[in-house]
Amino acid sequence: MTCKEFLALLDDLIDDTVTTETRSELQTHLGHCGHCEVILNTTRKTIEIYRSHEIYDLPASLRERLHAAIMARCKKGC
Amino acid sequence: MPAIQSIAGQLEPHPDVALVDRVRGGDVSAYDTLVRKYDRQIFRIAQHITQNREDAEDVMQDAFLKAYEKLDQFQGNSKFYTWLVRIAVNESLMRLRKRRTGKMVSIDEEIETAEGSVPRDLADWAPDPEQNYGRAELNRILEKTIKGLPPGFKVVFELRDVQGLSTEDTAEALGLSIPAVKSRLLRARLQLRERLSRYFHRKKGVEK
Repeated sequence: MTCKEFLALLDDLIDDTVTTETRSELQTHLGHCGHCEVILNTTRKTIEIYRSHEIYDLPASLRERLHAAIMARCKKGC
Repeated sequence: MPAIQSIAGQLEPHPDVALVDRVRGGDVSAYDTLVRKYDRQIFRIAQHITQNREDAEDVMQDAFLKAYEKLDQFQGNSKFYTWLVRIAVNESLMRLRKRRTGKMVSIDEEIETAEGSVPRDLADWAPDPEQNYGRAELNRILEKTIKGLPPGFKVVFELRDVQGLSTEDTAEALGLSIPAVKSRLLRARLQLRERLSRYFHRKKGVEK
């Protein structure tokens, strides 16, 4: 397996949607390709960091204000 | 007909279906529950597309109001949330077009970019690299990093990787094909990885 072929299956590997056979081919490639190992690990870490640090959070006061505005309009029938 | 979800071979209605039914029956408080359940996610999607906090606030309000008005048109064969996202994405794009004086902006335009498709930065990251930054600084880095991606990439990444929607639901919410969602997700992940590398590199001379 080449690095290009590995990269094409990177998402499937991360999302765990590969067959056992393909997984084993990917693991074999990883065993001797440090670059692809770095790409896999840092891509996983990228996802993990964005998932655990939700950006653009809605502050509580703004959330309540927007919520009240929405519900007031809905109660009036918009 | 209510939306159905297959769980271990059994068909069970999605919990939102009961709430939607109650709203349709005149119970406005059930809509309150739906707004509270999804307001943060909708706000983030609007921020990703509009890149403007005031626009995102307006989009969030307009999307929920429009969904309320159109609730009779909601078909039970899709999930309420994917339907809501679709409304929010359209509202966000409209807002963006107004700001850019009518310039067409869409989520499904094919973006020709080689960036990230072939990883260039192959240096490993420090262990737990986020520990090197304070919370506010890290959030600033994450926002700055994702800001430069095309809108279609950002929203696919947000829905799939941050909010955990399936590829199918993401495709439905954005009106994209499944291969298009997959292709955008891969490129978004690789571009973010590449851009974050400059902050998270293992420092030279630092042992594992």
